[in-house]
Amino acid sequence: MKKGDWIWLAAVLGAAAVLFAIYMAYQGRGSAAVAVVTVDGEEFGVYPLDQDAQIWINGTNELVIRGHEADMVSADCPDQVCVNQKPASRNGETIVCLPNKVVVEIRGGQEAEVDQVAN
Amino acid sequence: MGEVQERRPEPEEGQGQGRGRGQEEAPGGGNGGRFHPAYFGMYLALALILSYVETLIPFYVGIPGVKLGLTNLVIVLMLYDRGASQALVLSCARVLLAGFLFGNLSSILYSMAGGVLSLLCMAGARRTGKFSVYGVSMVGGVTHNIGQILVAMAVVESVGIAFYLPVLLVSGVVTGALIGVAAAEVRKRLPRA
Repeated sequence: MKKGDWIWLAAVLGAAAVLFAIYMAYQGRGSAAVAVVTVDGEEFGVYPLDQDAQIWINGTNELVIRGHEADMVSADCPDQVCVNQKPASRNGETIVCLPNKVVVEIRGGQEAEVDQVAN
Repeated sequence: MGEVQERRPEPEEGQGQGRGRGQEEAPGGGNGGRFHPAYFGMYLALALILSYVETLIPFYVGIPGVKLGLTNLVIVLMLYDRGASQALVLSCARVLLAGFLFGNLSSILYSMAGGVLSLLCMAGARRTGKFSVYGVSMVGGVTHNIGQILVAMAVVESVGIAFYLPVLLVSGVVTGALIGVAAAEVRKRLPRA
């Protein structure tokens, strides 16, 4: 290995480390994902995914935020479709309870569709 | 391959080390810059086979775009043995053929951007004389990934993909080093062509 090889190696690794640090700082500041809860088209509340919480929505549905995921754990409707849905954590994912007109949508945070395009 | 054969090979400039002559069986007969269709075809076939082999190796570390880049081995060898212009033609021909065989139009677009950018950078790096095969190959690996991510940013019209850049920089330098080691070993054992 010549000297130039080592310089290039160090420069690339350094650039990667700096970029990574910048992205980390940028991501930690403000662009965190939130769960937006709407009832009958009107906004009920916005809850950050990085804080664990238990939210009662009009006494009909119970939404739990835990481990950066939003999960509907109970509902008073008979079909329980929303309860059986997977926890939502990525941008654009939704949990819908039709009988109670409750929609939980994840906004911001990790893009779900980038993976397929970038390879 | 008409496009390939029309190219006038330029005489190789600035060849750093003396070429071993007097090996009659070696294709090319010691003149690094001469274009020999048979020799070129063999390298192209090798590059295509390596493209195929690469699709067989389950080298997936969870991040899209991280690949071994086996064909870069052939490109590096061609760059050293025949010069930049022939390596460029080889790279483009192999991208087109491999794209139609194993990929699709968009994969051709990505590979072409990565391939051309990395080849130009490798040729430049080699010309400075400050890099060995390892360094030249690492330059190629990194710039290949940079070229691809630039295309990805243009296609998706999002700068967010740049988030992959640090990972791709590191993976490019690692795979480039591996390919560089392989290229150096192959060059030791090949008769000077």
